[in-house]
Amino acid sequence: MSNIILQVENLRTSFFTRRGEVKAVDGVSFYVREGETFGIVGESGCGKTVTGLSLLRLLPEPGGRIVGGKIILEGTNLMELSKKAMRTYRGKMISMILQDPMTSLNPVYPIGDQIAESVRLHQGLPDNMVEQEVISALRLLRIPSPEMILRQYPFQLSGGMRQRVVGAIAMSCHPRVLIADEPTTALDATIQAQYMALFKDVQQKTNVAIIFITHDFGVIANMCHRVAVMYAGKIVETAPTREIFNAPRHPYTSALINSVPRLDRKDDRLYSIEGQPPSLMNLPAGCRFAPRCSVVQEICREQEPPEVDIGNGHSVSCWKVK
Amino acid sequence: MTILPDVITKSAPKYTGLSRWARLNRNLTLIIPATVLTLLVLTAIFAPLLAPFDPTTGKLTERRLPPAFMEGGSNKHLLGTDNLGRDILSRLIYGGRVSLSVSLLVIAITAIIGTMLGIAAGYLGGRIEGFIMRVTDIAMAFPGLLLAMLLAVSVGPGYWTVIFVLSIFGWAGYARLVRGEALRVRESDFVAQARVNGASTLRIMLKHIFPNILNSLIVIMTLMVGAMILAESTLSYLGIGIPAPTPSWGAMVADGRNDLDRAWWISTFAGIAIGLVVLSGNFLGDWIRDKMDPRLRQL
Repeated sequence: MSNIILQVENLRTSFFTRRGEVKAVDGVSFYVREGETFGIVGESGCGKTVTGLSLLRLLPEPGGRIVGGKIILEGTNLMELSKKAMRTYRGKMISMILQDPMTSLNPVYPIGDQIAESVRLHQGLPDNMVEQEVISALRLLRIPSPEMILRQYPFQLSGGMRQRVVGAIAMSCHPRVLIADEPTTALDATIQAQYMALFKDVQQKTNVAIIFITHDFGVIANMCHRVAVMYAGKIVETAPTREIFNAPRHPYTSALINSVPRLDRKDDRLYSIEGQPPSLMNLPAGCRFAPRCSVVQEICREQEPPEVDIGNGHSVSCWKVK
Repeated sequence: MTILPDVITKSAPKYTGLSRWARLNRNLTLIIPATVLTLLVLTAIFAPLLAPFDPTTGKLTERRLPPAFMEGGSNKHLLGTDNLGRDILSRLIYGGRVSLSVSLLVIAITAIIGTMLGIAAGYLGGRIEGFIMRVTDIAMAFPGLLLAMLLAVSVGPGYWTVIFVLSIFGWAGYARLVRGEALRVRESDFVAQARVNGASTLRIMLKHIFPNILNSLIVIMTLMVGAMILAESTLSYLGIGIPAPTPSWGAMVADGRNDLDRAWWISTFAGIAIGLVVLSGNFLGDWIRDKMDPRLRQL
């Protein structure tokens, strides 16, 4: 087993609005190892993206704030860094690919300049070396004839190519951790498969730890070594990918997996979970999933379930699991 | 077109007459306005060498002489004389000094101030934005002419008074426009991506926000050339602009307006000069805007 590179402990992020505090991320803990892909899966609004942004301490202003917790990257608690010091970490130690990479490139600069921006910001190299770094970043993402591509503008590239360029920017300073926030959602299935293969390849070459945020179990199965399932700002279950699919212990996890359409089953109707996720401003006492849970008990409505480690790197927060 | 492989580019036919014409046609939108503006600026700079007469003194015996091409006109005064007998061509040449330098200076000052404030307001938001935009509102609501008169009375009218008066409120329009554009660009993913990559706020404002609002800015700046020349002439007309004998195009238009029926040339030539500058400015603005857009640059 390789080293733990990023450890998140009890991370809590809230948005303070006129109508009250919205607890978008409420006590999330996980760790990621070197060269590992860690998936965070959950439905819209469960706090996946906010978790990702919190790791960079870049929350939407005004209102977003990290209320508590620790983010330990290679022994440094990012929460204790000054704003300026944090900036030197972003892009260099920990970088992120945003939800829609198609629009993540500035239309007025050739793409080479945009990759060079990161390189210059963090590495302080002379100009001729910068170009070398830019080309090697493009090579890493398997972009053909990088010397030519770097003089082109974003609009001259195809969607898949732009996506690779965004990946090249993210990887240009050799970060230790890469957060990928649904990078494949905007792509069609073929390109998506290519892109995922590319990610695996990049990871093998650089040993970068990837945090893959998605709502797509197919992507999880394909990409991730371990998975955390999020619901209403909390992680309800963490397990190796195989276990999540074969032996989900949390009722929400199994319900989610059941809601994925499958080719090998003939159902009349696709399974769906009853009800709506709770409002993050007004959370229910006890387990957050209790109002929608099919196996709910008395205690579920009264007390929050503790996180139980059931061995083999599998932990669950549910009263059913002892 | 670097995308094409060598085989294609090499076998491509040489430019035909048609495409050369198309090329020239496209470039005319640069060549014509650039030539006009350059000529005007050069005549303004070398006015003492070019002007046949002193622009500020005239012979009262030669009042309202028509231009040379009209009946009764002479080659001595090519464009005729005004109602004080001053040579119009000479006044036009000297007037360009005032009109062009005032408008260009004011545009530069107001655009710089307005853009900085607008980007700060749009990108930073919050209280800074509130403060800047309220000041902008005040600047826009304030009756500028009143202040101009006040200043002209207290400090005395003059070249720098005109520039000061036009600048002190002129920035507000830029600030509003730029703030709106900055708000739009701020929400783009590439700004978020720049923050993710560790770029500082100042860097984002300069390298990511500013280039993306430059198009609109340039268009407004070129439109302002005309507006500023007219504003200067308004001040001159009210007697609080550049003081009397010094010619400016706006003042010349104002001077001749009572004599339009019997001596149209007094106002008209200055008006044509203003029109030429404004048109050239607008064409040049279009051309620059097209050049700035990487999409159109390839054409």
